[in-house]
Amino acid sequence: MKLIFEKSQPGRQATTIPASDVPAVQASKAIPAHLLRDEVELPEVAEVDIVRHYTNLSRRNFGVDLGFYPLGSCTMKYNPKVNEEAAKLPGFTQQHPYAPAEWSQGSMQMMYELRQMLSEILGMKDFTLQPAAGAHGELTGVMMIKKYFDRLGQKRTKILIPDAAHGTNPASGALCGFQTVEVRSNAEGGVDLDHLRELMTEDVAGLMLTNPNTVGLFERNLEQVMEIVKSKGGIMYCDGANANAYIGTNRPGDLGFDVIQLNLHKTFSTPHGCGGPGSGPVGVSEKLVDFLPVPRVVKKGDAYEWEYDAPDSIGRVKAFYGNFNVMIKAYTYIRSLGAAGLKRASENAVLNANYIKEKLRDHYQLAFDRICMHEVVFSGEKQVKESGVHTADIAKRLLDYGVHPPTIYFPMIVPEAIMIEPNETESKETLDDFCEIMIKIAGEAKENPEMLHKAPLTMPVKRLDGVQAARQPDVCFSGGCC
Amino acid sequence: MDYVPHTPEDQKQMMKTVGISSIEELFADIPEKYRLKKLLDLPAPLTEQEVSGLMQSLSENNRLPTAMMLGAGAYHHFIPAIVGHLIGRSEFYTAYTPYQAEISQGILQAIYEYQTMIAHLTGTKVANASMYDGASAMAEAAVLACKTLQRKKIVVSKSVHPEYRQTIQTYAWSNGYEVVETGYQQDGTLDAAALKAAVDDQTAAVLVQSPNFFGIIEDIAAIESVVHAQGSLLVAGFTDATSLGLLKPAGEQGADMVVGEGQSFGNPLNFGGPYLGIFASNEKLMRKIPGRIVGATKDEDGTRGYVLTLQAREQHIRREKATSNICSNEALCMLAAAVYLVSLGKNLKTLAELNLNKAQYLKSKLLALPGWSEVFSGPTYNEFVVRTPNAHVVNEKLQAKGILGGYDLGRDYPDLKDCLVFCATEMLSRESIGAAIASLA
Amino acid sequence: MAKPNPTDLKYTKEHEWAKDNGDGTVTMGITDHAQELLTDIVFVELPAVGKQVEQGKQLAVVESVKSVSDVYASVSGEVIEVNTDLENQPELINADAFTGGWICKIKMTNPADLNALMDAAAYDALIKE
Repeated sequence: MKLIFEKSQPGRQATTIPASDVPAVQASKAIPAHLLRDEVELPEVAEVDIVRHYTNLSRRNFGVDLGFYPLGSCTMKYNPKVNEEAAKLPGFTQQHPYAPAEWSQGSMQMMYELRQMLSEILGMKDFTLQPAAGAHGELTGVMMIKKYFDRLGQKRTKILIPDAAHGTNPASGALCGFQTVEVRSNAEGGVDLDHLRELMTEDVAGLMLTNPNTVGLFERNLEQVMEIVKSKGGIMYCDGANANAYIGTNRPGDLGFDVIQLNLHKTFSTPHGCGGPGSGPVGVSEKLVDFLPVPRVVKKGDAYEWEYDAPDSIGRVKAFYGNFNVMIKAYTYIRSLGAAGLKRASENAVLNANYIKEKLRDHYQLAFDRICMHEVVFSGEKQVKESGVHTADIAKRLLDYGVHPPTIYFPMIVPEAIMIEPNETESKETLDDFCEIMIKIAGEAKENPEMLHKAPLTMPVKRLDGVQAARQPDVCFSGGCC
Repeated sequence: MDYVPHTPEDQKQMMKTVGISSIEELFADIPEKYRLKKLLDLPAPLTEQEVSGLMQSLSENNRLPTAMMLGAGAYHHFIPAIVGHLIGRSEFYTAYTPYQAEISQGILQAIYEYQTMIAHLTGTKVANASMYDGASAMAEAAVLACKTLQRKKIVVSKSVHPEYRQTIQTYAWSNGYEVVETGYQQDGTLDAAALKAAVDDQTAAVLVQSPNFFGIIEDIAAIESVVHAQGSLLVAGFTDATSLGLLKPAGEQGADMVVGEGQSFGNPLNFGGPYLGIFASNEKLMRKIPGRIVGATKDEDGTRGYVLTLQAREQHIRREKATSNICSNEALCMLAAAVYLVSLGKNLKTLAELNLNKAQYLKSKLLALPGWSEVFSGPTYNEFVVRTPNAHVVNEKLQAKGILGGYDLGRDYPDLKDCLVFCATEMLSRESIGAAIASLA
Repeated sequence: MAKPNPTDLKYTKEHEWAKDNGDGTVTMGITDHAQELLTDIVFVELPAVGKQVEQGKQLAVVESVKSVSDVYASVSGEVIEVNTDLENQPELINADAFTGGWICKIKMTNPADLNALMDAAAYDALIKE
């Protein structure tokens, strides 16, 4: 498809700027010439060109509204439309962040209540809504851990992270100046307790644990893990990326976690918009409350105010208050479902994953054969051995059947990993159809491996040359913007 | 109200396939004592009609201004109707990050086009697919400089947005870096002599903003040699992104990285977020900068296509050695910006000129008020600082007329007590300015 | 199949090779086995000429599409020359890891460093494991 720049025609335009109702000032009179730019070179196109361009681009894309999207660890559930309508209300969208608090009581009330509800749902003492995404929340959480030990006057230089963790965990730890140390997984996909015992010394700040872990399993030895880490004064960090597995059935705070980041764009159904915006609230136990970012919404009498005065706070991690508009959607979702609905959502997310596990277990090799939580991980090794078909081939073939592939090659502890997260919003028929397709592909792998190596066959492009893209990067159109 | 489609019969059949007789059995791995025995203590569930009413009433508990004279990092601009329509296409709206290129060519091409336009507007060679916001983009630029140069000192001008400086401070503290702030001069531009004195061979990054927080346009080219003489990297931010339509791009003035808030490009105020962190750099830093980057390439038939590229920079590959931990970004806000920029085209410059006109007019009217005076003499775009008889009283008077007044500098700059940063965009009419002046006279 | 490991080179357990140039300098790179594991190399971050390096410490970085690996100095000393061809043709390592894909030359501070390295037979045994 042509680039918008290739559609540009001199003199065409899509907008007109209103004539000035105040006396015009020549830019060169107000601003020294050497600080002014030359012409703006942006495309010259008509409105209809733009609408068709982006509409056609959208047809080369795939969202949850089009079909099944079992991308593991991303919780691609259906995004209810009432949330979107709420988030479009002008009272929310048109408010300036520095409007006086008296003018923003509705927004502040929503934020205050969302914080309270998240605290109840996760069993934490309090939450900050400021981080813009999950990884940003992780960073904020680890910063609070760092501050906690600073205040205690303890020098702790390391942080422990299981080998199956998402890459953001070690990156977040390192950005807080910690040396990250990898803890091995055991044969069951959980934390290797002996290795943890050996590593957990008094210069370790804590353990960043994803629970359920990245292979979709609840950490069976969680009590011992807690005991080992806490006996040395360490902090237990819970990566909440997988929170959709347990809402309403158990709470990380009750389990003993001190910090958790959530991904509102996963568990709480806000759409991901091709990569963002997300929202990454962070919950803390009593011992970390003082370190939460500023400002915080507080309630005084019936009024909501911004509180900036918090001497032990880590400070702020972005401008303003967080991804407010995303919070509205999560708030609407929680108010719609209530306690029973949230619990039912998680229960059925887990049921759906186990259903797929049973339907596919004879066709693909299970990474771990036990009850899984909200996602199930297979290994494509069986197919590699039998016919040389790799997980990437299976994923690409799924595209031809109109299904978004699962997460592949993650976690790295499972060779040829296929990580399927079906979510509670998918019906039995959708799951049955998906399993049927997966079984059909397993058959194709045996009968016609060549075709799978070539898949996808029905997309606008075939497999793209990623090596060339990285060797000789072409990241801007060389023909200019118009 | 929930969104689980299963009928009781579906559930029964599925449980049979799984081999369980109760849902409880799925949670057998969780120690009994931690399993919740009762429902969470949350407000009762609501129907769609009820929750719509609730949200409507919450939104109405906000009071919106009739006219906006406030910017300070968040700008009130007109958004063409097509922006909302096009980013609302659910193929974009409800997609995840484009990990599978063949089924994501739409957004990948849109990112590539955005990168091209941002590189042009900032005078750089590469732009990423977005950061969280302007503040975090600037903080990450500083961290990147420290990690790349293996230095630990960051110099930032006090004329940079206070909340950006606070964010930089947080990121620097967590990484063990030192932040040195340098002052500003009588004309509101950064103090180049103080900056020169502060930059040494341990300085990784020098952070400036133009227009700066006071609305003053900085001469970035004038400090470029000071920064580079010490081998440090120059990071230039901006306030209102529409200024890029009028002002010389920082990349052309020697900035190594250009970062800033892109909200002005098609994204509503939204009470502070989600916004759009713009991040662009020179070619040398291409393999170091954070975030997603899209590259053009070909498939086996030679058809042009797009992929996420240079991924070896990113956390999912480089893990603890990555210079950033960013994963989710602000893709949909970026898409809004792309549609907005394409929609404005060359008119971006006309729009910027209109902003300049409005601000000049507002400035002249405010300065004519008795007891009001100019604070800085440097050139400005659509924001400027005035000293008022009493900042608090001024804003209260404006608010009484439904007008949001200027940003009170006294809370961040004790020497600028009673000084307000006013902003005028294309949305502020002559009539509103007249009403404001009348209320203050 | 990886190419045979030349017997006139020395090897590290991190899969670097080193060639004693006989004049107090060493030429080094990564082994053919290493490039096979990395798959298509897309970028090499070369050390700066003049950089002082320490045996076993990070020297360069090799990137493929899906991975990134540190390259460690096989001996201590000063980097006196780098293979600038790799800047635009990182694939030289894939094609010819032991010759055209060399990474840099190091002027040794301690020629005895070479004694700590493996010979081809020992390295063959290591990669068989």
